[in-house]
Order: sequence, then structure tokens, then C-alpha cells
Amino acid sequence: MASIHYREIDGCSRGFYALLGGLGLLVAAGLGAAWTMEHQGHYVTGMSNRIVWGTPHVFAVFLIVAASGALNVASVASVFGRDLYKPLARLSGLLAVTLLAGGLAVLVLDLGRPERLIVAMTHYNFKSIFAWNIFLYIGFFAIVVLYLWTMFERRMNCYSGRAGLVAFLWRLILTTGTGSIFGFLVAREPYNSALLAPLFIVMSFSFGLAIFVLVLMAACRGSGRALGDVLLKRLRNLLGVFVATVLYFVAVYHLTNLYIARQHEVERFILLEGGVYTALFWGGQVLVGGIVPLALLFAPAASRSRGAIAAAAACVIAGGLAQLYVLIIGGQAYPQMMFPEKEVASSFFDGVVAAYVPSLPEVALGVGGIGLALALTVLALKVLPFLPVSLADGGVDSAAA
Amino acid sequence: MSLDRRQFLAWGTAAAAGAALVPGLRLIELAQARSPQEAASALQRWGLLIDITKCTDCEVCVTACHEENGVSGHGRPETDAQWIRKVSLRDKRTGYAQALPLMCQHCEHPPCVDVCPTGASFRRDDGIVLVDKHTCIGCRYCVMACPYGARSFVHEAVSGQKPDVPRGKGTVESCTLCVHRVDRGEIPACVEACNRDGGNAMAFGDLNDSCAEIRGRLRREHSSQIRADLALNTGVRYQGL
Amino acid sequence: MMRFAAAVLAVVLSVAGIAGARETRASRVAMPVIKIENGEACVAPAEEMRRDHMTFLLHQRDRTLRQGLREPRFSLKNCVDCHASRETGSVLGQEGFCSSCHAYAAVSMDCFECHTPLRRSGAARARR
Repeated sequence: MASIHYREIDGCSRGFYALLGGLGLLVAAGLGAAWTMEHQGHYVTGMSNRIVWGTPHVFAVFLIVAASGALNVASVASVFGRDLYKPLARLSGLLAVTLLAGGLAVLVLDLGRPERLIVAMTHYNFKSIFAWNIFLYIGFFAIVVLYLWTMFERRMNCYSGRAGLVAFLWRLILTTGTGSIFGFLVAREPYNSALLAPLFIVMSFSFGLAIFVLVLMAACRGSGRALGDVLLKRLRNLLGVFVATVLYFVAVYHLTNLYIARQHEVERFILLEGGVYTALFWGGQVLVGGIVPLALLFAPAASRSRGAIAAAAACVIAGGLAQLYVLIIGGQAYPQMMFPEKEVASSFFDGVVAAYVPSLPEVALGVGGIGLALALTVLALKVLPFLPVSLADGGVDSAAA
Repeated sequence: MSLDRRQFLAWGTAAAAGAALVPGLRLIELAQARSPQEAASALQRWGLLIDITKCTDCEVCVTACHEENGVSGHGRPETDAQWIRKVSLRDKRTGYAQALPLMCQHCEHPPCVDVCPTGASFRRDDGIVLVDKHTCIGCRYCVMACPYGARSFVHEAVSGQKPDVPRGKGTVESCTLCVHRVDRGEIPACVEACNRDGGNAMAFGDLNDSCAEIRGRLRREHSSQIRADLALNTGVRYQGL
Repeated sequence: MMRFAAAVLAVVLSVAGIAGARETRASRVAMPVIKIENGEACVAPAEEMRRDHMTFLLHQRDRTLRQGLREPRFSLKNCVDCHASRETGSVLGQEGFCSSCHAYAAVSMDCFECHTPLRRSGAARARR
């Protein structure tokens, strides 16, 4: 197999500094929002005692789920031995780390007592899936950094297969844990399902690959490096399969609920009468996040166009955010069913769909997390050789793929 | 009078049984009158019994609780903490209306305790579920997990706390069953207020104590838990639901 | 490059030195005000309390909260009742017992985010 040459991006153009500056502004806005929330209290946000996890958590969970999925390309290369993807493994590992860093930053800065992070890292209640997640995230950082090292250090290259396997298994457990954060809750009708863990796994494949494709295309375009059609075609097919799988799991989830009389009210809420949640489900999650990308990826007319792939990836990301908004916020907005067959009212907003409007500090914090992830990626690309010099068709061993 | 063997055995067994039981009765008595230097013990399980047929439009339980615990509003009902609230029910088919006070149910298997990442949400040996504000990081996962919506997140800075009831911004809180009063041998503020000024609907006591009035009522009268299907074995039981 | 770095270092150090020489320590940071207004001794010797009060507090708070052990002498309420200032009734504030030492030592204090720093009204004070 021809050896692959990696090189850092030059990173001295005006466009590069403008990009970094823009991302820095997003990060600064996020930090400012976190400062406001921490000093004044969460009443400045749109979150309330009914909707305790809001827009920051939508972004944070999205980034964390995508981080796990971004490692997919490296896993396909190292664990499943597809040489076509080997040149992409370093970038894949990098994105896994930076997306996770962005997501965790948002999560930590939104805590009621963020200065107690040390407490969270030293006091573990191992019955809590959340505690397991904290443990798994930190371990994921360490394992992926180790995995990247086996790829960078020539003498350690022979171990990258094993490191890749550990990373692959670890992230399957991690994403199962993230899905179970919601799946284990009996308190809310839309959660409490064993299906949420595998749904999160396929969501991670889909979102992670979409972000990977966009970053890859942007990095190659920005640094003037060739990106071959063969590679893009494989990535396109992979993305399409993942998007279809997510649609399948969502369909199974809702069809099952529709069969159970007790769950009819919840389904009516999500699918029909939920206002913004219904619009985001059908328009955002299913249409923009599912059907449109599939059309863009597999329609014959679009098969030659790179713009179609990029647009599809962007749609997957938008649809993913909509999906998490419906799940996290819609799931909390729906009233808790404590008294079946009764109309419920109270001063604590029982029995009614809770009102929620995303506020500026929340959106700024969430977007700041995205900014942090991308800024770290851009900086890393300049400092270390993550990106191959060329991904043109001839240079890659497509026969072995 | 002669005592045949059977009679002797019967009397002897009764005497032995009595001798075995008496120390046990004594222990339960000691457990009730707990001094400040004694730890909370699993011999007791504090609970409430609320007869909602006696529950009217009044809100003395809510006022008393918030007064006792220094829970003051900021005029923002969505984010203000509520440790107890009155919930009105109306049957969808028949229109039958009821009201009941709803607070932390102090479950035996609390979901909030299971999910807390730092172990700040915990269940004391005597059944009271509390939040250790020293370890709470304010992640609000327990608020997501509580089937009764009992927990509140403190959304803004608190001042004028009661000395017995510390509460602060950025942590989560809920009904403590007035643990500071219970440890002194008193009853929760809501029960006291209900019995004094309200419908006399609430009773408090030790669910493990066979002599306690609450235990007797639970044995003789019908009672139920909210969300009994979750098998949480709540410490708060309702009558008339 | 080396000469440039050396020059920068020299400038920084001299500025710091000049700034330091002009002010005295006392005018820069207020010395702690320790007013013991209640004649009774503390629950442990002063030297021990000065050094270890945080350890005692950390240990006792778990005993009280998790186990329900509420020895009145060791409760934070009792500390506050005794140490609160006569004028303000609080352990915080400019000359507050807790805050003046903590401000001097630049050790941030979390306790009074949740606990009230005010002395309880007379009737409820625990006796030693």
C-alpha cells in the first residue's frame, strides 16, 4: 500500500484568520452567556422548573453524540480494515475529541454550580447513568488521544488496530449510555424506552459522519488539497445508509407507541397537536433530516454534484438538532401523567404543555460550544499533520476498499 | 389447683413469648424519642397520610411550608421554587372534581436518588429523601427523573434563609418532610397547619411503628399511592384518590 | 530574540519592584478583624480552630445531613450565633468574623450561599 503523506495546513491566509476570529467570537459569546447564567441565576434563561434542560442541552447532546459518531470513519479503517478510509482516520479522531470537548464545555458551563466540577469528578454514584457518562467521556478523551498517538507515531502504527478496537467498543458503550440518560427515566412518557439507546447509536453514526464530511470538504477546499470522487462516493453512500437507519428506528418507536392505547396521548402531542414540536418533528426531523438528504444523496441527478453531498450533510445536521429539540424539550414539555383520565391543574404548571422559548443566553452558549469544537479543530489542523496531502482518486488504494 | 402438662406448656410459652417481646417493644419506644446525638435509623420510616376528601380550596399547607422553610417567590411562577402545591383534578369523563396537596413522596426506591451523578440526592435511613446541597452540582437530572415533579431548581440568588433550612442558587431542592422539625420530635409544618387551620386532612407518623395512629389507619382504611404502578413504595399515601 | 526577552523581563520586574516599594502591605490588603465578642471559649482551642475548622465543618456536615446527628455545639448555627458581630448580627460584611479572615487569606467561602450568616433571634440559641 502506498504510504500516505500528511501535512499541516498552512493557516496563514486572511481567510484562515477570519475564520478563527469568527469562531473566537462565538466562543466569547458562549462564555459571556455562561457568566451571566452563573452570576444571575438561571432565571435569565428560558428554562424553568418544568423545562430544566433547554437549548444548551440540545446542542451539547448533539455535539456529544456526533463526537462518538465522528470516530466511525477511523473505526471503519482500523477495525474493519477498509484501507480506503485510512487517510481519513486522523481527522476522524481529531473531530471526535474536539466535538466532545465542545459538547462537554456547554454541559459544564450550564450547571447550576459549575465550580463544583471537581466534586462531580470525585464523587460518583455508580447507579447513575449520568455518572457513568461522565466517566465514559473522560475515558473517551484518553482513549482517542492514545489512538491518535498510535497513528501519528510510526513505531506505534502496528498498535493502531487494537487501539481502534478499544475506541470503537468504548464509544458504543458511551453512546448507549447517552441514550440511556433518557431511556432510563420512568418519569416522562416520551422517554422510558429501551429503544433510545440504539437510536442514539445510529444517530451518532449519522450526525458524526455528516459533520465529518462537511469538515473534510471545507478543509480540503480551504487548503487547496484534492478530494477524490471515489472517496466522496463511499462517504455519500455511508451517510445515506445511516440516515435511513435513523428514520427506521424513529418509525419503529412511533408505530409501537401508536399501537398502545396508553401512549396515544403522547403520540397525538408529538405527531399532531404539539405546535412547534410537531412542526419540528415532521418538517425538521423527518423532512429536512431524513427525506431531503436521502433524495440529495441518492437521486441520479445529484450523484455527480459535490454541492448535493454538502447540502445533504447540512440538512442532516439541521434535522438532528430538530430531532434532539423534540426529544429533549418536547419530552419535558409534555405533562407528566400522574393521574390517568383526569384533567390536572396547579400553580406548578401540572397537566399542561409547558411553555418554552429559547433565550439568547441559551442559544449563545450552545453555539459557543460549536464554535469551540470547530476552533479547536482548525487550530489542530494547523499545528499537527492531521490532513493528508492529497485524497485524489489515484493516490488512494481503492482496490482494497 | 393442679396444673397439667398442657396447661403448663401453654402458660410457659406465653410467658416466654412475653419476655421475648417486651425488650422489642422497649426498643421501638426508644427509637421514637430520638435525641440529637442519635443517628436517624432504619427502624423508623416517616410517612404522611392525606385524606383528600377533607381537602378543600384552602392552601394553608402551602403557605405554612413556604413560611417555615423560607421559600419566597420572586413573582416568576415558572422559575420560583415550590416545595408543595395544590393540584386540582377533574375526571375527563364524569367531571368529578378533587384537590390534593402534592409534595416529594419520599419513595423507598427514589428515581431521583438513582440518577444523581454525585450522590447528592439521597435517602436517609429513616426514609426522608433529601438533597445534600454541598455536593449538588445543579445538573437537574433529578428534576427530569422525578415522576411527581417534586423537585425545584433554585434559579436565582436566595437571601434571608431560615437558620434551619439552608437553600441557595444553583442547587436543587424539594420537600424535606421538615426534617429539622422531625428530628426535634415535632411534625411537619404543613401537617400542623392543616390540622390547626385547614381541613384536618393530613397525618404524620412512623410507618414502621405498629402503635402509631397512621399505621393503624393504613391497616383499617383504604389508601393508595400516586403512580403505584412504578413500584416506588412512597412514604406519602392518599385516601380518596 | 534573547535580548528582546531579557529586556521585557527587566521592564516587568522593575515595574513590579517600584510598585511594591511604594505601598505598604497594610494599605494594600486589610488585615483581618478578629473580634471575639462572646466571652465563652470556642468548642476547640483557637489554634486548632484556626487551622482545622474546615476539616471539622466538612466532617460535621455529613454527620448532620446524612446521619441526622445534630449535636448543638457543633452546628453551624451555633458557630454563627456566637461569632456574629454585635452590630450587624452577621458573620459576613467588612468586619464580619468569617469574611475578614477569608478576604485577607483570599480563600473563597461557599457556606453562606446557602446558610444564613445571621445570628438567630435570642430564644433559639444553644447553650454550651
